[in-house]
Amino acid sequence: MAKPKFAMYWAASCGGCEIAVLNIAEKILDVDANFDVVFWPVAMDAKYKDVEGMSDGEITLCLFNGGIRNDENERLAKLLRKKSAVLVAFGSCANEGCIPGLANLTSGKAVIETAFSTVSTDNPHNVRPAYDYPAAEGELHIPRMYETLKTLDQVVPVDYYMPGCPPESHQIATVIDLVIAALKGEAKLPPAGAVIGAGNSTVCDECSRKRSEKLIKEFRRTWQIPMDQQECLLEQGILCSGMATRSGCNARCPAANMPCIGCYGPAPDVVDQGARMMSAVSSVIDSKDPAEIERILDGIVDPAGTFYRFGLASSLLHRAKAQ
Amino acid sequence: MSDNNQFEPVIVGFTCNWCSYRAADAAGMARIKYSPNVRLIRLMCSGRIDPQFVLKALSEGADGVLITGCHPGDCHYVEQNYKTLRRYALLKRTLRQMGLEDNRVRLVWASAAEGRILAEEIDKFVSDVRALGPLNWIKMATTTYVDPAPASA
Repeated sequence: MAKPKFAMYWAASCGGCEIAVLNIAEKILDVDANFDVVFWPVAMDAKYKDVEGMSDGEITLCLFNGGIRNDENERLAKLLRKKSAVLVAFGSCANEGCIPGLANLTSGKAVIETAFSTVSTDNPHNVRPAYDYPAAEGELHIPRMYETLKTLDQVVPVDYYMPGCPPESHQIATVIDLVIAALKGEAKLPPAGAVIGAGNSTVCDECSRKRSEKLIKEFRRTWQIPMDQQECLLEQGILCSGMATRSGCNARCPAANMPCIGCYGPAPDVVDQGARMMSAVSSVIDSKDPAEIERILDGIVDPAGTFYRFGLASSLLHRAKAQ
Repeated sequence: MSDNNQFEPVIVGFTCNWCSYRAADAAGMARIKYSPNVRLIRLMCSGRIDPQFVLKALSEGADGVLITGCHPGDCHYVEQNYKTLRRYALLKRTLRQMGLEDNRVRLVWASAAEGRILAEEIDKFVSDVRALGPLNWIKMATTTYVDPAPASA
């Protein structure tokens, strides 16, 4: 019997998700033993037309990472949706937009300007990309960039969501085991639309730090104070996104004395991760005086970038207002 | 648009059960007129207002959001309106980064006896939002392409 088919694709992403998959170590041999890898641009040579030639639903499992930044990303999202039985939004970019989604705080034009004409760019002739270029050999095309970065499920229906930047390798291994067991009829896949490979609580819930009453008089950045190894980071005035972020990572960052930055996306029942953070953070500010509150809030240097570091593209507003 | 072709903003107004909703009630009882643009929603306390409510309203068609509650010190739940004050301050900072005009979200305190004050504040807010024009928050279904050509030749 032919093996079930596996695909993995990267849209607007950094490649960290692919590394995370390889980080499952010898488990990758199980993937090879149980699946026929038919399409995985970072690992093997395959052409889009090979995928186009497949019948609908022929790919059993497709892990799609990356956000939708241009029309090529969207075309592949639609193609892989059609050809895949199970499409997983894999990693923060596909789920929430992640770091590439922060570009939604500005305009596409400003992104191009930054990339091609700021002082750190060596571009003496002020050359810009052109979507269409008539070369001697024929017309050349590059993907058309979108004004607003979208998440995968803003473009196509998604079967499962697997969060994380990148998803933790132990979570990937668990999911792969589950899928293999399900293919053998030994396990059942969760209902469609479920979040897989993550916890059902918050990062705070997994964090082993000592918590007492939170009364914050001053916010500080990680380099400004020697951080206590045991005490809750938020209580030390360090912005930590644990309370608005889904569990599943074993609170690795707080364990390493760094605050949670929110990569596992909104906690269960949270629609807008940044809004939940704003709500939680302002609740624990220890002041009733408007002027003092403003002074304390001055310690939060970049609220939108901090609270929506990963979740801007999937947030209620999706992007900054077009000017 | 109203009869005289003037833009009529859609305003979502959050009120608290103990003060500002009663202020609106008092305004009605006293036959004080205020702009019908505001859709009042009653919550038990302004401290119940999750920033998500405000963002949802703005993203789904509201041109402005009015947050109202008891005066500081008068909260039925002792000090939850101080949380509102702090949340509002932080939300405003974030919204500014998102390019939203300051006048689209406003916090107003009104006691149960201040029907007239609430009515005046609502009128003022409606006229300020009207001056800004419609918000029309971007819909994700629409795709616009970036023009990669340099800003000026």
